[in-house]
Amino acid sequence: MRFILAVLALVFSLGTAKAEFILVQSTTSTESSGLFGHILPMFTAETGIEVRVVAVGTGQAIKNAERGDGDVLLVHARAAEDRFVAEGFGVARHDVMYNDFVIVGPQDDPADVNGLSDPVVAFERVAAAAVPFVSRGDDSGTHKAELALWKEAAIDAAAASGTWYREAGAGMGPTLNIAASMNAYTITDRATWAAFGNKGNLVIHVEGGERLLNPYGVILVNPDRHPNVKAELGQTFIDWLTGPRGQEAIASFRIEGEQLFFPSAE
Amino acid sequence: MRESRSVLPVTATGLHIERDGRRLVDVPEFVVSGRALTVILGPNGAGKSLLLRTLCGLVQPDRGRVLWGGGAPSRALALRVGLVFQKPMLLRRSAFANVVYALRLAGVPWRERKGKAMAALDRAGLAALAHVPARLLSGGEQQRLQVVRAMSVAPDILFLDEPTASADPASTGAVEDLVRRAAAAGTKIVLVTHDLGQARRMADEVVFMNRGRVVERAPAAGFFRQPHSAAARAYLAGEIVL
Amino acid sequence: MQELTGLFLDSLRLLAGFDGNLVEIVALSLHVSLSAVVISGAIGLPLGALLAISRFPGHGAVIVLVNALMGLPPVVVGLLVYLMVSNAGPLGVLQLLYTPTAMIIAQAVLVTPIVTALARQTLEDLNAEYGEQLTAFGVGRAGRVATLVWDGRYSLLTALLAGFGRAIAEVGAVIIVGGNIDHVTRVMTTAIALETSRGNLALALALGFVLMIIAVAVNGLVMALRLTEPRSAHA
Repeated sequence: MRFILAVLALVFSLGTAKAEFILVQSTTSTESSGLFGHILPMFTAETGIEVRVVAVGTGQAIKNAERGDGDVLLVHARAAEDRFVAEGFGVARHDVMYNDFVIVGPQDDPADVNGLSDPVVAFERVAAAAVPFVSRGDDSGTHKAELALWKEAAIDAAAASGTWYREAGAGMGPTLNIAASMNAYTITDRATWAAFGNKGNLVIHVEGGERLLNPYGVILVNPDRHPNVKAELGQTFIDWLTGPRGQEAIASFRIEGEQLFFPSAE
Repeated sequence: MRESRSVLPVTATGLHIERDGRRLVDVPEFVVSGRALTVILGPNGAGKSLLLRTLCGLVQPDRGRVLWGGGAPSRALALRVGLVFQKPMLLRRSAFANVVYALRLAGVPWRERKGKAMAALDRAGLAALAHVPARLLSGGEQQRLQVVRAMSVAPDILFLDEPTASADPASTGAVEDLVRRAAAAGTKIVLVTHDLGQARRMADEVVFMNRGRVVERAPAAGFFRQPHSAAARAYLAGEIVL
Repeated sequence: MQELTGLFLDSLRLLAGFDGNLVEIVALSLHVSLSAVVISGAIGLPLGALLAISRFPGHGAVIVLVNALMGLPPVVVGLLVYLMVSNAGPLGVLQLLYTPTAMIIAQAVLVTPIVTALARQTLEDLNAEYGEQLTAFGVGRAGRVATLVWDGRYSLLTALLAGFGRAIAEVGAVIIVGGNIDHVTRVMTTAIALETSRGNLALALALGFVLMIIAVAVNGLVMALRLTEPRSAHA
C-alpha cells in the first residue's frame, strides 16, 4: 500500500526541479561508455551544479548547440568544432581528453587485418576482400573519422553502399548491434566497445595506431548569440573539466581495469 | 427556457416535399387544433410520417411553411410539442434518468424532479423498473416509457408516429390507454397509424392520406360508416390502394 | 530460440533485483502519458463531438484530415515540437525543451487526433440513433454534446485508452523533445532504446516487460471500473 502511495506521489509531483543546472550537448559515445556517469557526480558534489546531458550524434549535438539548446558542447569532431567557434556559435574550444578508435570484426578475420596498427591499410584490405563493413553513416565524429580514413586509402566506399559497405545511419551502439548480428567489421571508439553488452562474435583486430586517436573538445555556447545560455555555470564546468580535478576524474574512469579516456588539457 | 405562448393551433400552408421527382407530400392547408383525438390514417408510403415530422419541425419542406401558435417553430417552444417515435429513442440511462432528463430540459426544479419522474413511471406501470437501463426494457415497456416521458413535460400537443407498429397486443393496449388518458387531461393528440383497428379504437377525427395528399378529413364515426373518397373506401374494404 | 530464453530469464532476474531508478522511470512515464491523455481528452472529446453533430462546408475534408493525423509518425511530431520550443524557435522563451512538459505537449499532439477521430465516430453513430429525439426536445448544441458524451462514455473511455496505449509506447517524440536525460526526462521507452544501444539486451527486455505490465494494469483498472456499472444492452 505504501509503495502505491509513494508511486502516486511521485507521479503527480514531478515537474519542477529547483537545483541549478546546465545542459551539455554531447555524443552517444561518451554517454554509452559510462564516462559521464562516473565524472559528473564528482562535479556536482563539488559545485552543487547539476549537469544534464543530452546525448545524440555529433552532428545533432552541434546543430542543437547552434540553436542555443544547450550551454556547453562536448564532441569529438575537430573541424566541425573549429567551424562552430569561427562562425560565432561558441566562445572558445578547449582540449579535454582523447580516446582511441579500434577496428573490430568477426573472429575468423576474413579480411586478414588482425594485428595491424595502421587503419588505412586495414581499410584497404577490407575493401579488397569485399567483406561486410558497417558504417555509422550519421555524420558523427566517429563517422567523419571513418570517412577520412577511406579517403586516405583512396577508396570510394560510398560507391559500394548496399553491397559490402552498409550505412546504418545510427549511433555507435545500434551500429555495433548491426555489426554483431551481421558478423561484419566496423570502427568504434574503445570506450563504447568496452561497455558494450552484445559483442557477439566480434573481437578487436586493429588498435594503437596514431591515426586512431580521437580527441574531444569542449566549447561554451556563445551567450551573445543566445541570451538564455548559462555562461557562468557553463564556464565553471569547463574550468573544472580542464582543470586538475576534472582531468583526474577522467583518468580514473575504468572499465574492467582498463583506462579508456586520456586527459589532454594543457 | 420555456416560452409562455401555446403552440396551438399548428398550421401548415402550401406544404410540398419531393424526392427524385416523386411527390411525397402535397398539402395546401392543414390545421391542428381543438381537443379531438386526431388520427392520420392511410396506406404505407402515403406520406403520413413525413407530414407529421414536418409539422413537428424535424423536416423542412421544399415549399410552404409551418406555424406554431401563429409564429415560427423555435427551439424554445420544442418541449410544448411532444413527439413519440416509432422506434423507441431512449438515452443510455435508466428509465428514471430518461424521464428526469426531459424534466430538467423543461426547467423543473431539481427538488421536484424525482417525485414527478416516479409519478410518470407509475402511470406507465414502470415504477418497479425505474432503475433498469432503458435499453434493457422490453419493446412494449420502452414505448410506454417514451409516452410518459413525452407527457411528463406537459406539452400542448402530442404527436405519435406509429407507436405500436411492432408491439404485442398487451403493450399496444397499454400505450393506447396512456394516450387516451393524456387526451382526457387536455393534451391535443395527433396519432399516425396504418392499423385500422387502432384507428377505429382511438379516433375522434380521421385524416385520410394517400400518395402525399390529404384525401379526406372527417369525424371518425362518419368516416368509418360512409367514407366519401374512393381511396378511403378501398382502404377500409381491405383492398390495396394505389 | 535459446538466446531468447536466456534473455528472458536474465531479464526476470534483473527485475527481481528491483531498482530505485526503475521506479523513477516508471513514475515519469505514467506522469507524461497520463497527462497527455487528459489534455487530449479535454480537446479531442468536445472536438470529436462537434464534428459528429455539425455539418459545414469542408466537413468531409476535416474528417479525412483528422483520421490521417492518427498516423502521424511520433518522430515527426517530436521534430515539429522541438522546432517550436527550441531556443531558436518561436516558443523558446518558455524554456520548455528537455523538460517533462515538452514531452507531455508532444504526446498530446500525437494522441489528440486519435481521441478526436474515435470520439467522432462513436458520437456520430449515437447521434444517428437518437439525434432526432434531442432535436424534438429542443436541445441546443452544447446540450447535445453533453448528452452524447455522457451516453457514450464507455466507448469514449476506450478511445482514451487507445490514446494512452499510443502515448506510453512511443519513443520517437519524447526522445527528441526530452533528450533522454538521466533522472529528468528518461522514460520507459527511451530507457529501453538506450539499453538496447548499449547492447544490454536483457535489461532492455526487462524494461519492456515492465512497460507491458503497466499497460495491462491500466487497462485492467479501467475494465474493473466498467464492471461496476450495469452494462446497457444495445437495442
